[in-house]
Amino acid sequence: MLRGLLGLTWLEIKIFMREPLGAIGSFLVPVLVYVVLGRLTGNRLPPGAAASSEMMRVTLPVFGAVVIVINAVLSLITIIAIYREGGILKRLRATPLRPATILTAHVLVKLVFTAITLLLMVLVGRRYYPADLHLPVVNVTLALLIATCSILSMGFVVASMVRTTRFAQPAGALLFYPMFGLCGLFVPLNALPPRLHMLARFIPLTYAVSLLKGMMRGDPWSAHVTDIAALALVFAICIALSARVFRWE
Amino acid sequence: MAPVIAVAGFRKTYGSTVAVDDVSFEVRDGEIFGLIGPNGAGKTTTMECVEGLRRPDRGSIAVLGLDPFRDVYKLQHRIGVQLQQAQLQKRIKVVEAVHFWASLYGKPATDGDRLLDQLGLAEKRNAWFMTLSGGQKQRLFIALALVNDPQLVFLDELTTGLDPQARRAIWDLIRGIRARGKTVFLTTHLMEEAERLCDRVAIIEHGRIIDMDTPERLVARHCPERTVVLTTTDVGVEEALRALPGVERVERQDNRFTIQGRGDDFVGALIHGVSAHAIPVQDFRTVHPTLEDVFLRLTGHSFRD
Repeated sequence: MLRGLLGLTWLEIKIFMREPLGAIGSFLVPVLVYVVLGRLTGNRLPPGAAASSEMMRVTLPVFGAVVIVINAVLSLITIIAIYREGGILKRLRATPLRPATILTAHVLVKLVFTAITLLLMVLVGRRYYPADLHLPVVNVTLALLIATCSILSMGFVVASMVRTTRFAQPAGALLFYPMFGLCGLFVPLNALPPRLHMLARFIPLTYAVSLLKGMMRGDPWSAHVTDIAALALVFAICIALSARVFRWE
Repeated sequence: MAPVIAVAGFRKTYGSTVAVDDVSFEVRDGEIFGLIGPNGAGKTTTMECVEGLRRPDRGSIAVLGLDPFRDVYKLQHRIGVQLQQAQLQKRIKVVEAVHFWASLYGKPATDGDRLLDQLGLAEKRNAWFMTLSGGQKQRLFIALALVNDPQLVFLDELTTGLDPQARRAIWDLIRGIRARGKTVFLTTHLMEEAERLCDRVAIIEHGRIIDMDTPERLVARHCPERTVVLTTTDVGVEEALRALPGVERVERQDNRFTIQGRGDDFVGALIHGVSAHAIPVQDFRTVHPTLEDVFLRLTGHSFRD
């Protein structure tokens, strides 16, 4: 049902753009925050320093990407909850659309918006980025796709189980925001106390961040086999789990 | 001809609650069949199992010769469905919904446009779903249920929450569906709706079907008494009325008499007697028992309780 998938995806994109906060929330705010951050930090640093700074070159972009992806996941959880509560999921299910098609369409919508937001940031960010920066675009994009699918699949488990729209957003936030602190983005994993270090190994976001950072730095794929395997495992488990527990109404 | 829907010994439980038990019925080709009963009686559960959206615990269900749960995707091309309390995306346009639905069934978009015309929604083509009135939303759901030109249409509590005028308009549309040779399976908790619309009804309560027939025959079977209200200028006729053949009870309120008897020939016999006794008649009205009375008779309680 490829036609149904593309049709539904396009329909959902149009509908989302009609939301009062749809376009503003997903494009404008992240890009604006990014521009403001760029002005505050970028202009103060001499170009050479910015290029060599790990913070500017790797950590901030990865942080931005992860924030956007997690926001997309939270929004996905909310939309699924709204659609379930309103009986929209049920109505769509009583058509030749396969359940997987309906859910994949929503993931695709989020991927499209995430991609557009990131693209805008890259375009806008060129003003603040030193010109000599070589970003391995293809590798970073692929890594981002892998990380996004894995994080989205976790979101689906939450979306499968929350009963009402009111709890959807808090439940998602409760799962994802604590992951931030332990994912090795700002505090290196080795600097964590042993127990937290152990815990960090069980947080999927840790592997997403490691993979993204590595690709930003220009690492070869072979250096990140563990990350990819971990993310794939999370994806497989979460999809299997949500297929079992997903509620249509 | 084989029945369009055949349900036998169907049972469905949710946890320890038995929603529907030992339900059997058949829906014939080209009829409007109504499953009627109060809220929570098991109507929607039954309908959703017949549609293939839920799996029955026990019993057999065949729809157009298919097992609805196992062959749900095959079946969905041949049936049209309107669900109770379903919504669409708030900001989806009417025209987008019908075109998308048409595309799902491999039908041209013009089929959707034609339905919008027929259902009086052409002016609302570009309106968002959230801006439609209750009646317009239901007409859109009818359009979506018809867009694949199905043989069998399911309508679950279609007119609930609509004002009487919108309800009548929907009734006409449903008769129109039957006129096109399709079979309609509907549920309603409105007895008047069932009586006006359905060729046959099954009365369901507490998950069991308590009787099933045409509305007229159900009334004749369970409420055979006939009531005539007669207004006359001569208030001294009470005894004469009481003496007429077939009359069982007479009550007087001022110059209005309520006369009860039973049987098909009661009203005719009464007219004959009134005329033979030269009773001056100002008004003569027969009161028919309704499905509502049938329900009361069968369950011992009123429908709205």
